[in-house]
Amino acid sequence: MAKSLFEKIWEKHVVKTIDDGPSVLYIDKHFIHEVTSPQAFTGLNKRGIRVFRPQQVVATADHNVPTLNQHLPIKEELSRLQVEALIKNCAEHGIELYGLGHPFQGIVHVIGPELGITQPGMTIVCGDSHTSTHGAFGSIAFGIGTSEVEMVFASQCLLQSKPKLMRINVEGVLNKGVVSKDIVLYILSKISASGATGYAVEFAGSAIRSLSMEARMTICNMSIEMGARCGMIAPDETTFAYIKGRKFAPQGAEWDKKVAEWKQLFSDADAPFDQEVFINAAAIEPMITYGTNPGMGIGVSETIPTTETINDTDRSGLAKSLAYMGLEQGAAIKGQKIDYVFIGSCTNSRIEDLRMVASFVKGKKKADGVEVWIVPGSKQVEAQAIQEGIDKIFEEAGFQLRQPGCSACLGMNEDKIPAGKYCISTSNRNFEGRQGAGARTLLASPLTAAAAAVTGVITDVRELLN
Amino acid sequence: MKALTTIQSRFVPVNIENIDTDQIIPARFLKATTREGFGENLFRDWRYYNDDESKTRADFPLNMSQFDGEILVAGKNFGCGSSREHAAWAILDYGFRVVVSSFFADIFRNNALNNGVLPVQVSDEFLQRIFLQDNNTELTVDLEQQTIRINSTGEQEHFDINSYKKTCLLNGYDDIDFLLSNKADIETFEKQRV
Ligand code: SF4
Repeated sequence: MAKSLFEKIWEKHVVKTIDDGPSVLYIDKHFIHEVTSPQAFTGLNKRGIRVFRPQQVVATADHNVPTLNQHLPIKEELSRLQVEALIKNCAEHGIELYGLGHPFQGIVHVIGPELGITQPGMTIVCGDSHTSTHGAFGSIAFGIGTSEVEMVFASQCLLQSKPKLMRINVEGVLNKGVVSKDIVLYILSKISASGATGYAVEFAGSAIRSLSMEARMTICNMSIEMGARCGMIAPDETTFAYIKGRKFAPQGAEWDKKVAEWKQLFSDADAPFDQEVFINAAAIEPMITYGTNPGMGIGVSETIPTTETINDTDRSGLAKSLAYMGLEQGAAIKGQKIDYVFIGSCTNSRIEDLRMVASFVKGKKKADGVEVWIVPGSKQVEAQAIQEGIDKIFEEAGFQLRQPGCSACLGMNEDKIPAGKYCISTSNRNFEGRQGAGARTLLASPLTAAAAAVTGVITDVRELLN
Repeated sequence: MKALTTIQSRFVPVNIENIDTDQIIPARFLKATTREGFGENLFRDWRYYNDDESKTRADFPLNMSQFDGEILVAGKNFGCGSSREHAAWAILDYGFRVVVSSFFADIFRNNALNNGVLPVQVSDEFLQRIFLQDNNTELTVDLEQQTIRINSTGEQEHFDINSYKKTCLLNGYDDIDFLLSNKADIETFEKQRV
């Protein structure tokens, strides 16, 4: 029988299925961080049990670490306590921790792939919804809650029901100035922020195949913003070339064996999907969000929808959203003044993102009155950027290159956007208060964010590219 | 986990769609290392003014004395966004045992069930009927029968729940107990795959 990529991986991980209930699904890799793990460790201790397979767990500190002076003790007491609890819990349970100061530290979804821990065909979980990022390698990867973190600690398994399957096909060639972030914001604007709820989504088509691994990660990263359980892309030569030689990648004969297995991971020609979506890559322009969910996006040359023109899903929330954003129905988004630029988060903080920004801003300066924060996804990205001299380009442009962490993506540390201020951000969520109470977030690609940094207003980056 | 069978109570209406977990509990309140105490920050940024956190907003239902009860009724697509289980903890800690909406995000639904909070998914029409009731109306949620009733009018709707999860909730068992009882099968599975 013809099978989809998802089904091929799923079936290999089912330990057993409860009658009329979920399956016991085996988990290959479990990433943890300081915010969603402490209560799970406490739960284990209360039950008097230990982590079942500690060698399959990898930890880092990312969500509330400072992005300046990481060598100093964390000033904010509660943040410090969480990071200390992680250190203690990992030591007690024999879990590898890439904590602050470690050369591998970084945002959990950046370090997994960059260390070669994330591999095709795996099941991967983490107490963070953007775990879907790892699906770019052809794995089933999804976010879980803290009780589920405790379950995986206790048994290396989870109880899961099989989701419905959706395939999103993006065919054709992208226009100049359009990058993978624009693809995913475009899909979101078409199917809405709940358009894939209950589905595992496979991204396919020529436009997806032509993307680098880092660009693919950006797309899978935001599949959760469509409500999807997970997002995935079938592995191919691009995937294998990315993994080869990384720290925890298979080596020698083991490598050849693995690649042969990974080559079987694709959806068969007539594999059934519950829903298929078709997107024309050539129709996509640089995207920007205007509202308070990631589905509320438009092309940068378009006007903000009105109650008449908006889709059904967002109609009832439009007025509230625009009141929060301080924007008007029917107005142009181009020319909107911005106060902050945040380039970072597990969506767009990899070396290719930094290179993209650097090549655009080289020889340019940031606009007056705009504050620009660049927060690399990991220590390795930071080191690479410095080695390539990208830090100098940022410095000359007046951009601040900070130290790795989640930072202003969720504003848990000091990196918050003040109430009422506009921030163009390469992160994944424009929810009310996400970047700080009252902060107004506009999501965009690193390129569109860099263009706004230079002009001080929302800009069509294509007009500045030669 | 606390068992749940039947809840008869008044309800607190928050008639807003797409309530994400950043609204339910903003990130800056996620710094605790225990599960308790999140209730006081439930819907924090809607309960207080953003520019002055000491001032409560009189127009938000949680601040309105006429609303009370163990049932939260909210607009479509409740609990989307971040996977933070703190959202479910905050709801439970505040005193809710049931959340009613016409749609729930996946991760939130699981998190709620894992903490003894019952997500009751009703039709859009039934949800609107509830919002039209006055503040003294009681709702009855019967997990055994899988029904929700508006007591004053007798209108009733059936809701779905996975039978495994239903048994867990009726008895107060959690998934960890179940998984631990399957350790032998899990170990056999591990040996067979290498
Ligand atoms: S960068 Fe943002 S979205 Fe990504 S893991 Fe950190 S907080 Fe979550």
